[in-house]
Amino acid sequence: MNEFSYSRATSLRDAVRSQDKSGKAKYLAGGQTLLPSIKQLLDAPERLIDLSGAGLDGIEVGRKTITIGAMTRHADVAASAQVREAIPALADLAGRIGDAQVRNRGTIGGSVANSDPAADYPAALIGLCAIVHTNARKIPAEKFFVGLFQNALKSGELITKVEFEIPTGAAYEKFANPASRYAIVGVFAASFDHVMRIGVTGAAHFAFRWAEAEGHGLGVKDLSNVSLDQSRFNSDLYASATYRAHLVRVLTLRAVSRL
Amino acid sequence: MQIRLTVNNTAHQLDVPDNTLLVEVLRGELALTGTHIGCDTSQCGACVVHVDGRSVKSCTMLAAQADGQEVTTIEGLADGESLHPMQEAFKNCHALQCGFCTPGMIMSAIDLAQRSPGLTEAEVRRGLEGNICRCTGYQNIVKAVLAGASGMKAAATS
Repeated sequence: MNEFSYSRATSLRDAVRSQDKSGKAKYLAGGQTLLPSIKQLLDAPERLIDLSGAGLDGIEVGRKTITIGAMTRHADVAASAQVREAIPALADLAGRIGDAQVRNRGTIGGSVANSDPAADYPAALIGLCAIVHTNARKIPAEKFFVGLFQNALKSGELITKVEFEIPTGAAYEKFANPASRYAIVGVFAASFDHVMRIGVTGAAHFAFRWAEAEGHGLGVKDLSNVSLDQSRFNSDLYASATYRAHLVRVLTLRAVSRL
Repeated sequence: MQIRLTVNNTAHQLDVPDNTLLVEVLRGELALTGTHIGCDTSQCGACVVHVDGRSVKSCTMLAAQADGQEVTTIEGLADGESLHPMQEAFKNCHALQCGFCTPGMIMSAIDLAQRSPGLTEAEVRRGLEGNICRCTGYQNIVKAVLAGASGMKAAATS
């Protein structure tokens, strides 16, 4: 593995202050993507700033929203009585990320900041009208994911927490790669009274909202003719863009039927 | 950098390069070679150990991240000559052939059993998604985990 120096931030302020302006330092959350990326020479930071001591974990339930600290591990979201009560589909999603050991280390902030096109959380962020809080501002999920592994974060900007709207109902449907368990396609459907919202991950370069399907309402039985922009769909050895588009329609119907 | 680790109830103070992986410290510095390196890409689970009671892949964690924490490896399970109930179950159910994946399987299985009191076969199969075995076809491993979980429960109440 490449050489780098390691330090553990003791607070949010300490973490942001430690960030190197030249961009050679990286925040280390759970490390479940960053460390394998460094090993494979896909990334070569000179310094890692560990956020585990920065006080960024925890779950808070409000009247209309549930807020999850950036360093909250997937296993803790999956097991949280508060999350299971307020948004069971979100706990279900967290419990299906990777495998048990990845869930014991991986964090919501790390996953969102990495913006992997096949990560699970982005679908929920879109479906639940989430707001990404950073040390500097609040970014709506729809404006957060902007490209393949690209997001609205500026250099040195740090996610502090993610705030989800509590829906009337929600369901997550995932067609997982059997080896990696990443989503080949994942669909998070949510209803807010009678308004429906659909977040899709895995299909395209970044998670997106399928607004055209939302208009068909909760009782929809057929989405085959609903328009779906495939211009930035992924095509790889696991699934072609056409097959992914098919999965988006099938999984959306399944998720909506569970609302 | 200087780190402090408590491994299998023994405190260690170590001076390691910042980019050292936890598994490298366990195997290289402490000669605890029961923890294996299989894929080194966090997929196979041969390197699973417990850090502060949670199963983690020690090839995907820096030793520095474990500073100040308690680590349990496969070597820390048996009590003298008497095996841990999960080890005993793997032996009795013939849950291994080459044995390479076994330490990781057992460490994952113990964490799973501790977290899910009424463990079902389906939960075992799902709970072991992060551990790959290339010999057994998993049948006897699943049997062993269920038996080991019962053994752990019996040991806890006796």
